[in-house]
This record gives sequence, C-alpha cells and structure tokens, in this order.
Amino acid sequence: MIKFIKHPPNLFPMKYLLEIQGLYKKFGDIEVLKDINLSVERGEVVVIIGPSGSGKSTLLRCINRLEEPTAGKIFLDGIDITDKKVDINKIRQRIGMVFQQFNLFTHLTALQNVMLAPVKIKKIKKDEAERNAIKLLEKVGLGDQIHKYPAQLSGGQQQRVAIARALAMNPEVMLFDEVTSALDPELVKEVLDVMKQLARDGMTMIVVTHEMGFAREVGDRLIFMDEGVIVEEGEPIEIFRNPKNPRTKKFLSVIL
Amino acid sequence: MVGVGQFDIDLFLRILPDLAFGAFVTLELTSLSILFGLIIGSIAGLARVSKNRIFFGISTLYVEIIRGTPLLVQILIIYFGLPAIGINLRPEPAGIIALSVCSGAYIAEIVRAGIQSVPLGQMEAARSLGMSYLQSMRYIIFPQAFRNILPALGNEFIALLKDSSLLSVISIVELTRVGRQIVNTTFNAWTPFLGVALFYLMMTIPLSRLVTYSQKRIGTYEMK
Repeated sequence: MIKFIKHPPNLFPMKYLLEIQGLYKKFGDIEVLKDINLSVERGEVVVIIGPSGSGKSTLLRCINRLEEPTAGKIFLDGIDITDKKVDINKIRQRIGMVFQQFNLFTHLTALQNVMLAPVKIKKIKKDEAERNAIKLLEKVGLGDQIHKYPAQLSGGQQQRVAIARALAMNPEVMLFDEVTSALDPELVKEVLDVMKQLARDGMTMIVVTHEMGFAREVGDRLIFMDEGVIVEEGEPIEIFRNPKNPRTKKFLSVIL
Repeated sequence: MVGVGQFDIDLFLRILPDLAFGAFVTLELTSLSILFGLIIGSIAGLARVSKNRIFFGISTLYVEIIRGTPLLVQILIIYFGLPAIGINLRPEPAGIIALSVCSGAYIAEIVRAGIQSVPLGQMEAARSLGMSYLQSMRYIIFPQAFRNILPALGNEFIALLKDSSLLSVISIVELTRVGRQIVNTTFNAWTPFLGVALFYLMMTIPLSRLVTYSQKRIGTYEMK
C-alpha cells in the first residue's frame, strides 16, 4: 500500500502544525471573520461546518493567503505566514488545497496536471515526477485515465485528479473547500472515500463541508461557524448528539 | 463602362512575376510585423491586466493613442516626422516599426481579453500549488488564453496584411506599390490593379479559412 505522505522526520516539532491567532478578515466594511483562534495538531482532521456566508471558505482561503487576512497571525510549524517577508510561494507548497470547482488546468491531461508543479517549481526530474504522479493517480483510482483531459472526465474523477495534484507537492496540511458540493450525488462517495483514506494515512486536514456523515466518521474535531465566528467546537459525535449553543442546535436541526 | 472584356490577359501574364514579388514582400513585412506585434502586444496585454498602476497607465495610454489615430498618420510620423528629432530610418525598418507598434496595440487588447477569458479559479489553483504570479501566467493562463485568442490573432494578421498596402506611401515596393508602378508605365489601370487585388485575395482567403478551421477546433475541444 502506498502511503500518501512521506516527510523527513521533524526533530523539533512544534506542538501545533497550524496555529491561527486573532484572525480578522474584512471585505470593505463587511467583517467576514472576527477573532478566529484555532490550533491544529499534526495528523488531525478538523471539519468546519456552518451556514453559507458564515466565513468557512474565507477562513480556509486565509490559511494559504489566497485571501489576505486583515489582522491576526497564522503560524505554519512555527513560521508566521502572514509576515510580508516570508516567501508565500514556498509556504503554499506545504499547504495543499482542493477547490469546489476542481479548477483542473483544462489544457493539460490528468497526468500533466499532477506533474506540472513538481517539475516546474520543485525542479524534480521529469521521469521521477511522472512515476510519482502515476502512483498518486492510481491511489485515487484513476490509473487508467491518466492521459485524459479534464473535459473528458466526470466531476468526481476531476476532483480526484485535483486531490492527486495537491498531494504531488507533498504538502503537510490539506485544505478542502466544499469539494463535493459541485458534484452529482452519485459521485460524492468516490471523492469522500479518497479523503477518508488520506485521513487514515495520517494527513493533517481542514475540511469545509456539508457532508455530516464524513464529519462524524473522519473528523477528529468539529467546528461550527456562524457570522464569522467559531460558535462551537468539539468532538463531532458529541456536537451532533448534544449541541450546546442554540445556533448550532438550529443549524443541525435543519440539515440533519 | 469598363468591363471584364477589357482585361488584358497578355499584360497580366507579363506582370505576374512582379506581382508575385510584391506579394512576397507584403507577406514578409506583415509576418515580421505580426511577430514583433505579438511580443509588444503580449507585454502590453499583461500590463493591461496588471494591478501595478504605472504598468496599467502606460499600456492604456499606448493602446488608446495607437487605436485612436490612423495607421497612415502613424506611418507618416515615423518615416517623415522622426528625422526632425534626429531619428532617420530607411523605409523598410520604418514600415515594420509602424506596423508592429500599431498591431501591438490591437494585439494587447486581444491578449487582455484572452487572459480575462480564463476563469479566475485557474490562477488560484496555480497559486495554491506555490507558483508565482508570472509562473502561473506562463504555464497556466497564457497557454489557455492563447488557444482562445488564436482566431482573433488570425483576423489581426489578415487585417495587418491588408493595411500593409499603406506602406506604399513611403516608397516600400510591396504589392500595392508594384501595382502602381506598373500602372505608371503601362497606362493601364484596370488589369494591374485587378491583379493586385487577386494576389491579396490569394493570401487572405486561405488565412481566413484557417481562422474558421481553428475556431471550429476550439469549439470541439471545449465540448469534449
């Protein structure tokens, strides 16, 4: 069995792989995130749920600075990535991201999608990158589709290629932004199965989702967000069974 | 009325080699100009989508000035005007510069539209993998934009090929100028000028077929 992750052992690991302190994000006058504090341990799977417009996706996009935080600090393994002096491109290589709309490069085959960044950015030799890419595509169940273009693949297949593409950079943490929301219902499972396997292999994951079954089964911690704040967090089973905050109760009663 | 009956076949056959030579020069001038125009236009087009105000400002000014003035006037300024500030150019370089600078402005707008036609998610995906802005442009956005703008570039090439006839006013012996010289010596305007038009068509029709073909291919590619 091929493992998804292979990192050199860190001799002096920080307790938390990811630490978010007092994070604010404003779009104009609208405050989308208000004083978010969150710490994620290595190998932890954090699932974020909440109504649309609650700031879940914005939070995720702040973590790799696709959105610039208005205030606050984000530490990746002890490095403050909101510092203007850090090379954000180097940081992003350590943070994989999967999008709702897949965003596969339409002019490249599945294999080329997965190989491109390792070859062009990490300067990995082509044959080595190709071997690794094929392994990853086999791992996500697409070993027989590697030469197809995104337009020739189903949504579920495209999303699995997107996961393989992010994994090819060998990231330390993976961000999933509602990755099954744009899929036909019958294609959701194949993507969730890949994510479950990834979690079992020990990947650190932050998952924004509406898939409560996934949250319950795979999540180490569940976070409920509403109106830009973390309303409640804890063990998924505990929150599903016994939500403490009335807003959490109301949200869960509507969707469960 | 002048009819086809007055078309002088003998004269036409005699001037064929001269017309072919003129057409060759036209094609050469246009090809060189579109090549430089592509380089100028790519840079200016990139500047037109830049968040940097200086790049944006300069490129916008360039596009507005060139698109707001006639090509003939631009040619006259570069060939007859520039010597006033000490820049003396021979006709051919002056002509190529004029056509390149002019087509560069139109291509800049084509490139800008092409870049903006690529969904924002492509850039975000590239950046999330750790590519810099320029790497993302080079490996992800440009290849897709180029595919989208190929038909528009083809049309620009055709337009430039026809506009290159204006270079005859600065005594470059291209297709139109060849025609005029023949008219001046034979005192027959009908046959040489029809020949000139025919040669332009022989270049533009295959090109426009190619543009149509490439448009269809992009269509099928997107549908797949």
